[in-house]
Amino acid sequence: MTWQLHLATLTPTPRLEVPMLRDTMIIFRYQMRLLLREPVWIIIVMIQPLLYLALFAPLLEPIAKTKGFPPGDAWQVFVPGLLIQLGIFGSMFVGFGIIAEIRFGTIERMRVSPASRLGLLMGRILRDTLVLLVQATLLTLIAVVFGLRMPVLGAIITIAIVGLLGVSLSSLSYAAGLWLKSEDALAPLLNMVSVPVLLLSGILLPMTLAPGWLRHLAQANPFSHVVDGSRAAFRGDYGDSAVVIGLVAAGALAVLGLWVANRTFQRESA
Amino acid sequence: MIEARGLARTFKTRTGTVEAVRGIDLDVTAGEIVGLLGPNGAGKTTTQRMLATLLVPTAGEATVAGCDLRRDPIGVRRQLGYVSQSGGTNPACKVDEELTTQAELYGVSRADARERAKALRETLDLADLGDRLIKSLSGGQRRRLDIALGLVHAPKLVFLDEPSTGLDPHSRANLWTHIRNLRDRMKTTILLTTHYLDEADALCDRILIIDHGKIVATGTPEELKRRISGDLVTFDVDDAVKATEVLRARPEARDVTPVERGLRVTVDKGEEQALPLMRALDAAGVKVGALQIAHPSLDDVFLTLTGRSLRDDAPPP
Repeated sequence: MTWQLHLATLTPTPRLEVPMLRDTMIIFRYQMRLLLREPVWIIIVMIQPLLYLALFAPLLEPIAKTKGFPPGDAWQVFVPGLLIQLGIFGSMFVGFGIIAEIRFGTIERMRVSPASRLGLLMGRILRDTLVLLVQATLLTLIAVVFGLRMPVLGAIITIAIVGLLGVSLSSLSYAAGLWLKSEDALAPLLNMVSVPVLLLSGILLPMTLAPGWLRHLAQANPFSHVVDGSRAAFRGDYGDSAVVIGLVAAGALAVLGLWVANRTFQRESA
Repeated sequence: MIEARGLARTFKTRTGTVEAVRGIDLDVTAGEIVGLLGPNGAGKTTTQRMLATLLVPTAGEATVAGCDLRRDPIGVRRQLGYVSQSGGTNPACKVDEELTTQAELYGVSRADARERAKALRETLDLADLGDRLIKSLSGGQRRRLDIALGLVHAPKLVFLDEPSTGLDPHSRANLWTHIRNLRDRMKTTILLTTHYLDEADALCDRILIIDHGKIVATGTPEELKRRISGDLVTFDVDDAVKATEVLRARPEARDVTPVERGLRVTVDKGEEQALPLMRALDAAGVKVGALQIAHPSLDDVFLTLTGRSLRDDAPPP
């Protein structure tokens, strides 16, 4: 009896919007609900940069007077680096989440629906990026309390760069997770990649302090340009070509990440 | 509903190429419950995943729910409900969140999706569980939720991969009722895989026995059992010698063998042929104390076809 009644309500509805965007939003809402059920994780991810701010930044005050330290005060040099670090480390571990989802079977369940593959992925990346933007804004405001002074536009440019990095690294992390399908393989891969990226980007100490060979090596790391651009933006030096180069580098990394992740996710066995 | 020809799939592994499915022909008509029966590693899941567009076949063609598998996979996905062996729910999610999200992915509006979630919960005995976290559900409830998730778009065709694995006997029987209702009341066509004989026997109109990636036999459960081994009829008799003589004269009685306190014969249809045989014994003056008819199990069928028992879960060589 109940079955017949239900049949009446179970008529297919035609799709009106762009399916990819619609599916992105469905997945974004789904993932946000899950995240907000355990909001404590959003805070935990922020503890590390806060510790850097409280326990490492004071060490920079004397170093800021050293020859070779870039223009701007210690905070203006250090906080952009910290924001980029948050962008990298806050996003690169999302691949563990997709491995868990593969194990739950939710990924396969969604893939068997006619939903857009890119949409299924973009909804997750959108959540990760939004979380990151909130964290970056909070961190910047807390740094102001500590003594940071910077132009508002500079902070907005830097946070935009952080957002692009978030898109890039969460995409690449999802691609790696889909490809490896194992936490035990993903963890060493992330360590292997993250440490050189971190050391060669001048996040902790500016590369202007580095000897020539190290500085040249860092030039090859797109993240070092991103950091340079953020620092120029934080000083309010918008005419510096570093700002444009930083934005372009972050944008290119985002496009590259999305392309790799989309290709991986389209693959049948992913 | 499904028409597949020469469907095959090979996997490349570090040790070489594995032929998981080697050329399967398969026909399922609307309203049928068809079972793919075979041991683990026989190629059941691979076959289903190919037909569900989750794996691209290495060879072969198929039409699923009127759509060509290779040319129109999106069309297939729209028509098909797929419930995988391990299910597909996030334990941290609530029941209705999963149901509405899945319905929305099929293009259903949000308000409509909520209606469907409610309707499906009611039909699958999950009525009051909409707000419950999935990790708090019992095994049987979780399995019914998996099935509900495969039905959010009211598909004409549903694939169930090992639907009752890991359930206790009570939940299992309950699940079978729901699967039967799905066909009887909603006219849904069902293709399920199982390595349980009782499940294939209890649910399926037709069974395809699959072994080492090939279909080795097809038929209704009864046909298969009869075709392979026939029924065993055992007579308890006082005069085994005379009885043997009488039964050997009858063309329908095959393999007359003496057993303890009597004789065993193999016949095509036990219920129909046992009584005439007994009357013949009676007419010849042999006293028949008891009569027993035994049907071969699907395991006997499998053993006859492949030389291996279905219960050996050994991977294929």
